[in-house]
Amino acid sequence: MAVTPDDVRHVAQLARLEIPEAELAMYVDQLNGILAHMEELRAVGGAGAAAQAESTREGMRLRPDTVGAVPLAVPLESFAAAMRDGFFLVPRLATHEAGEES
Amino acid sequence: MSAARKQSADNSAKPTSTAGDWEMVVGLEVHVQLKTRTKAFCACSTNFGDAPNSNTCPVCLALPGALPVLNAHAVDLAARAALALGCTLHHRSVFARKNYFYPDLPKGYQISQADKPLATGGHVTLADGKVLGITRIHMEEDAGKSVHDRFAGLTAIDLNRSGVPLIEIVGEPEIRSAAEAGAYLKALREILVYCGVSDCSMEEGSLRVDANVSARPRGEAEFRPRTEIKNLNSFSNVERALELEFQRHVATYEAGGRIAQQTMLFDAVRQEVRAARSKEGSHDYRYFPEPDLPPLVLQTEWIEHQRGTIPELPAARRGRFVNALGVAAADAEVLTAERDVAEYFEAVAAASGDGKAAANWVMGEVLAALNERGGDIGAFPVEASRLAALIALVKAGTLSSTAAKTVFQVMLAEPGDPQAIAERDGLLQVGDDAALVAWIDEVWAEHPDEAARFVAGERKLQGVLVGFVMKKSKGRADPRKVNQLLAGRG
Amino acid sequence: MSASLLDAGAAAIAAAVHADASVADQVVATALERVRSTHEGAQGLNAVLHRARAEALTGALPDGALRGVPVVVKDNIATLELPTSCGSRMLEGWVSPYEATVVRKLREAGAVVVGKTNMDEFAMGSSTENSAYGPTRNPVDRSRAPGGSSGGSAAAVAAAIAPIGLGSETGGSVRQPAAFCGVVGVKPTYGRVSRFGLVAFASSLDAVGVFGRTVDDAAIATETISGHDVHDATSSDRGVPTMRGAPGSLDGLVVGIPREYFPDSLHPDVRARCDRALDALRSLGAVVREVSLPHTALAIPVYYIIAPAEASANLARFDGVRYGLRAESDSLRGLYDGTRARGFGPEVTRRILLGTYVLSAGFYDAYYRKAQDVRALIARDFDAVFSSGVDVLFTPTTPTPAFALGAISDPYEMYLSDIFTVTANLAGIPAMSLPIGRVDGLPVGGQLLAGHFQEPQMFRVAYALEDALGAEAHR
Ligand SMILES: [Mg+2]
Ligand SMILES: [Zn+2]
Repeated sequence: MAVTPDDVRHVAQLARLEIPEAELAMYVDQLNGILAHMEELRAVGGAGAAAQAESTREGMRLRPDTVGAVPLAVPLESFAAAMRDGFFLVPRLATHEAGEES
Repeated sequence: MSAARKQSADNSAKPTSTAGDWEMVVGLEVHVQLKTRTKAFCACSTNFGDAPNSNTCPVCLALPGALPVLNAHAVDLAARAALALGCTLHHRSVFARKNYFYPDLPKGYQISQADKPLATGGHVTLADGKVLGITRIHMEEDAGKSVHDRFAGLTAIDLNRSGVPLIEIVGEPEIRSAAEAGAYLKALREILVYCGVSDCSMEEGSLRVDANVSARPRGEAEFRPRTEIKNLNSFSNVERALELEFQRHVATYEAGGRIAQQTMLFDAVRQEVRAARSKEGSHDYRYFPEPDLPPLVLQTEWIEHQRGTIPELPAARRGRFVNALGVAAADAEVLTAERDVAEYFEAVAAASGDGKAAANWVMGEVLAALNERGGDIGAFPVEASRLAALIALVKAGTLSSTAAKTVFQVMLAEPGDPQAIAERDGLLQVGDDAALVAWIDEVWAEHPDEAARFVAGERKLQGVLVGFVMKKSKGRADPRKVNQLLAGRG
Repeated sequence: MSASLLDAGAAAIAAAVHADASVADQVVATALERVRSTHEGAQGLNAVLHRARAEALTGALPDGALRGVPVVVKDNIATLELPTSCGSRMLEGWVSPYEATVVRKLREAGAVVVGKTNMDEFAMGSSTENSAYGPTRNPVDRSRAPGGSSGGSAAAVAAAIAPIGLGSETGGSVRQPAAFCGVVGVKPTYGRVSRFGLVAFASSLDAVGVFGRTVDDAAIATETISGHDVHDATSSDRGVPTMRGAPGSLDGLVVGIPREYFPDSLHPDVRARCDRALDALRSLGAVVREVSLPHTALAIPVYYIIAPAEASANLARFDGVRYGLRAESDSLRGLYDGTRARGFGPEVTRRILLGTYVLSAGFYDAYYRKAQDVRALIARDFDAVFSSGVDVLFTPTTPTPAFALGAISDPYEMYLSDIFTVTANLAGIPAMSLPIGRVDGLPVGGQLLAGHFQEPQMFRVAYALEDALGAEAHR
């Protein structure tokens, strides 16, 4: 299951990381080097072990529905790089560009 | 955008000649905002319409180091929705991260549920008895709002919605027409509003619909490729968009073309459906279990307690109003439209022992007054018990229905028993012959022409004369007795 | 470096400040002076990235267990006054507008944060060489790495800048640098200490940990930061037991030595120091028993699937929109890609790529799901041992003492330096490292591991072992 340059390009795109072509081969080699060690897991059984552990895990504690968020010590404007009229700003997107859903 | 496939509204308004040979297949995904005070994973207010980014905190801004903690009431409401829709509520469900980049998604992932959702396998029953399946209901958080038209060249991001609790209700692809889709949505909304789960307001975005649609020749068992329509902002637009998109599928097939699975957008202004701009790369959400949240574990007793909080659903209540209380079907529809109104009506019907009269009063005077005054029926000044007492006075002949309406108006402004008000204001019905004869004599004197013609045999004037007497008595005369007395003079 | 109350340990400082509040100013001034003096020169430690200003630091301190005690805090734990840059360009100059729960607890106990310490970028590394702000040097031998990722806190505590430091662990990032720098390092049970305000690397593994020069300092600090937090859904609501104690007998206590942690390849001198420590434990009355944790060898592959996978999501929030570095562009894609390319260093980039890859369509089952299953097997190994009558486990903390700065360039070779520590993170159990001697002048750490929430048991052994070894722990 060797990692190809196209795999790295694809994954970099998903992760919004710009990898210069000159560095691509290095990352391909390193990921292959690391993932080669992961192959030992294949020989091990244990299918369903995680699900079994999860099935006995204690459930989460919930929060009451009362207003009172952790306050900010300084206003958003003091750390956001681009704000206007209380909005964060990014370069203009067409409506539904990238078509992501909620 | 110019390359987008379009289907304009005017050339598809009527079904094509062959549309009858094709069947529409629709499955709806409905996102509903849960009616909580605070967000799903932080204690920020969910209030709608506040200044941009004013309801934000380290958690919903995704500041470094912040962590989510789930809102207990969001779980209550999601469970209530699942139970009301006949779903199996799972003892264990697991939150997952759905990873994608978008500026209104601050963490770069949405906390949702994937392979272990809160509930599965429910249904909605339409008025015509058809049962439409629900595949699953899962909990998730909303993203923020991207405003594209406020600043030139820029998109503005407001994260007040970021982290607002939602449930996503995924329906089975069992809907077969646009009208059926509308009926499904109305039934769904009615149940959710009734149970206090959500306001279900499409205007405020607390109910959102994505529609998956495909077409196939009637009789074909296989599903054909579907397209997903987004940006649907009203129930009528859902129906409109489904019809348009269905026509496009049919036209494409009839022209020998193929339908590709893709996302479409409905443009409400132009009334058209067009392809969403093609995406960079493929969607790969890389779901994995959310490590910041242990599993959501619901105990059996807790589930049964939630089941107990679900009110009688509107369809069942309508049936009971018609069958047990003698209310007309159309009236039952009006009386159950809102849960509080239905409960008020029931209280009046029970206390007065007269369902029909209670229905007339509630649909007439009560709803009119409520409309005029605003507010909800919980704070209505004429309590159910007082209205029932008023109805009893009419039934007993103590008050005429005209006088009863006058008493009702007084009751809106002051407390007190209707009988006492009627006595004080001299509105009790008068059935005493001497008083009635005196009023008739006065009418005889004031309207000699009509009186003479009546006596001469023109019987149809009796109603007019009774009206004169009623007016003279300010509504207090017992009309039944007036009629008897007049008949004696005719 | 002149002798000072600062060298007397947390309990002694707190007692002195309790008796005379003005002592706090002197102790804190000495700590700040040591930050400055250890930083100077070409061989400066570079342990502290952000130094507190002396003014208004001590004021009216709460009269708690750490009253007037200077502490250093790793740069990935949110503080209100000092920056929290995570050793990254991405958060250069970032001052958090809210505070981590552990920092609040320290302050409420009277502690004074004197500096934020250097670290591998976003805690990804085992040498503190991956910091965007230059490597930290090991105070024992300045040509050596202090370990990492919490190398700055380990070095600062070893250099006596402060008796207590906060670090964080995902795979051994407190215990490994503690071993390399010759101090005590503790990773509490997962859920014992709130993660709220700890900048996430891998959420299911991350834990705030502590450094101390003595077991007692580490125990006081661990006890202080423990406890349920409503802002962390994974924090446990169990009560916090007393962890502080005193050296005593270990009569009847069973110490397990897992054979997988003593491979033939283990550095012979490291093995010799371990043997000496085991003799000390026996002489204290403990029963030493060999045990097996058969899935140990798989821990590194499992870790390097799960941790990068979680990290790839945790680091998605650094997008230039709301805070931190922003590379302006006329397209959203340019803003994202530019910000993340400039903000993240090569190790972080590598792990995000790796994590994204193992989660991506078609690979999830082969890597992520498989790793979760084997992680469960590793946890079962520990459960089996601890339910068979073993109270604590003893192992070397690292296979070798501190390596030279720049000595390891292959990523996987670097990953192997966590081979004995990463299992505790995968299983969520408490673990600590304490000095058990030196090899060629370099510190060697011995590791204690205990069952879930069994910190008192672990500290009981640590107090006794530290006392029994005495000065030998640093020879
Ligand atoms: Mg959804
Ligand atoms: Zn919030």
